[in-house]
Amino acid sequence: MKKMIKISTLTVTASLLAVAAQADKWSDQFPHIKNTGDIAGECSYESMSKKDYSGQKLTINTHAVPVIGEPTALHAEQFSKLTGAEVNVIHTPAGDLYSKAMVPFQAGQAPYDIVFGFSNFIRDWKQYLQPVPAKYVNMRQMQDVTQSHIDVNSWDGEMIQFPIDGDRHYLKYRKDVIDNPEYQAKYKAETGNELRVPQTWKEYGEMATFFNGWDWDNDGELEYGSAEVMKKDDLMFAAFFSRSVAYAKNPRVPGGYFFDLESMEPLINGPGFVEALTDWVEATKYVPPGGINFGLGDEINSFGGGQTLFSFSWDDAFVAAMQDDSPIKNKVGAAPLPGSDRVWNRSSGAWENEFNQAPYIVWGWTAAVAKASKNQDVAFDYLCFFANDANHQADIAIGRFGVNPFKKSDFVPELYVERQGWDPEIAKQYAETLMEMEEGSTNRVFPLRVPGVFQFNSAIATGTSKALAGQLSPQEALDEVAAEWKKIVKRIGADTVREAYAIGVALEDNL
Amino acid sequence: MNFKHKYLFLLPGFLVLLGILIFPIGFTVRLSLSSWDSFFPGLDFIGLENYTRLFTDDPRFWEAFQRLSFMSVITVFLQYTIGFALAHMVWKEIKFQRFFRVLFLIPMMTTPVIMTVIWKTVFHESLGPVNDFFSLFGVTPLWLSSEALSKVTVIIVEVWQWTPFMFLLLLAGLLSLPKEPFLAASIDGAGPIRKFVYVTFPLMAPISIGAIIIRLIEASKIMDTVYVLTSGGPGTSSETSSFYIFIKGLREFQFGYSAALSLTYLIIMIISLTIIAKMLVKLMIRS
Repeated sequence: MKKMIKISTLTVTASLLAVAAQADKWSDQFPHIKNTGDIAGECSYESMSKKDYSGQKLTINTHAVPVIGEPTALHAEQFSKLTGAEVNVIHTPAGDLYSKAMVPFQAGQAPYDIVFGFSNFIRDWKQYLQPVPAKYVNMRQMQDVTQSHIDVNSWDGEMIQFPIDGDRHYLKYRKDVIDNPEYQAKYKAETGNELRVPQTWKEYGEMATFFNGWDWDNDGELEYGSAEVMKKDDLMFAAFFSRSVAYAKNPRVPGGYFFDLESMEPLINGPGFVEALTDWVEATKYVPPGGINFGLGDEINSFGGGQTLFSFSWDDAFVAAMQDDSPIKNKVGAAPLPGSDRVWNRSSGAWENEFNQAPYIVWGWTAAVAKASKNQDVAFDYLCFFANDANHQADIAIGRFGVNPFKKSDFVPELYVERQGWDPEIAKQYAETLMEMEEGSTNRVFPLRVPGVFQFNSAIATGTSKALAGQLSPQEALDEVAAEWKKIVKRIGADTVREAYAIGVALEDNL
Repeated sequence: MNFKHKYLFLLPGFLVLLGILIFPIGFTVRLSLSSWDSFFPGLDFIGLENYTRLFTDDPRFWEAFQRLSFMSVITVFLQYTIGFALAHMVWKEIKFQRFFRVLFLIPMMTTPVIMTVIWKTVFHESLGPVNDFFSLFGVTPLWLSSEALSKVTVIIVEVWQWTPFMFLLLLAGLLSLPKEPFLAASIDGAGPIRKFVYVTFPLMAPISIGAIIIRLIEASKIMDTVYVLTSGGPGTSSETSSFYIFIKGLREFQFGYSAALSLTYLIIMIISLTIIAKMLVKLMIRS
């Protein structure tokens, strides 16, 4: 991997030098790319300026401003200036993105040429989407996308969605606390354990409990253990899966993480998941007051604002913490999600007492072109322009944009040091953590991508939130989820769900 | 004389009625008999399967309905009490009467979702000003994340937002009351309390019933406040019927089932509000 990073570093450096000469022409006109200027490619500013889409109109349904909505609108304006196309951007709250596209899809209408959404919509949406044409799939820009994100945006080997963002859950921690010799000694003295980047969820819980409810950064405010997405129906199911992968994804047991692929029996109430939910219920004791009602925005603000020791979820909290205006810039670290000191083996029906870790390649933002669109060429060019190297490099530096690394060339620490003023050690740790999750692990978990995915996720959110609220025990809550999942499978049809689920299982089993 | 052409004049009204009332209800009925969801888009026919599922296998809907009943009755009672008190206050000749009349209406004129977002910030347990104040006394109530308090918070926001509506209706009622009964009561030596109990309140009964019913109908649809403040949580502790229907319809995309939920809910509301109206008439007018 180090070799790969070195090669990528050279490539990026070379491309930076190459573009420097012509940077002025486009960056003067479009200050968004002032750090890099235009970067040569199939969908660069230079290439797009040669196209004439005057008189053609694109309608895009995207997320609300700022996350993804702001870069969509910005790149639409730039695209319009370059090509003459008229681009109409409609902003929609996250919770309504699925239905706002799905209703006209099902009614056979085409109000949107491009729909933005989450990559796990793919199974339900794919029949209404135009696969990405070969010329885009084979272009140099796409060759730079990591295999994990090619897989996330593809269905059974065919690319359906256009990669514009990369997402995974990983651990963020306060480096100034964990690496502080004074706190290390204090922690050792009081607990008998080492203060280090937590290797397991149990360690995470112990450290979070220790640093909960006192002013450990001497800013006059109380700090807490952890900020997590616990609010019902606000992406909390993804947080739960992040906590459960270490206990429930056994690399020696193929054939399904969410379901047993053969029988389509839900595995969600197995001991691994119950252990994870038990940990999560404990976590309600070391989150900030009201932390049980934190959505993603709260989590970003809480950790990014220096309120907690730990956090785990998407990149946004880390990027927010490392922005120039952050009070904790260069005081945070990134690490893989904690593991566990035992993992459930559903084949043998017993715990295996050995360390386990599994990256959760969680779904993220993506975009696709409607099959019924009459302007597919323009639409694909817009998406290609959105994700061109210059725009992408500028977008990932702005936390509120919600665009995160998904290209191999993104995992080069120098990029973050030179352009964003990150501490070199933090940049290296960040790049290596993400790259290892993307390309290094063979025990990855992919999001559930089956018909009716929202019904499954909604059941998880309801069940786990009942456990977090103390309405049910972890086992009771997950039994309830499993019963609901069985009903959903029965309604949709076990074979139909299995057929779709097998595609995700093949990725997880590295087939 | 042949008046058959009169039907021609009725046609526009009939078409409007058909378009905005009869067709949507008819379509919802048909939808409720189908399995339309994200995977099976289309009006297939599955008979009463959705209704059977609702009545035999969906306790969450009925729990949400009980919660809704509790919250709407409390909310409307508080709105009526506070609204009546405020209306009574500015009904009399007081200083800055016009100012107060406008002031009391302001919450109703604000956008509910925006105001709920502001309330959410106000009640934020670790960053909000309410708990900043309470922390002076060593307590930090969990306004949004405690099972009991989350319901109270929703009720507070609803009462703040919609009491002005009650105030407006009741003030209009008070202003339209005849003066003679009050003069007669004064001549008989009745004090302010007796006048209120024996004159004002009975005379206001018909308007009060109308206002209460209108607010009960509105309160039973409570959705945006719950959506923004708590998302129905923690757990399902603040989930209401309309929020649950929203989840099934527009989160899980179970159109057929959510149509069955909506129709069942509509029928229950029609029956229960009719009974409530009759009870209120009996209680407030006949007695």
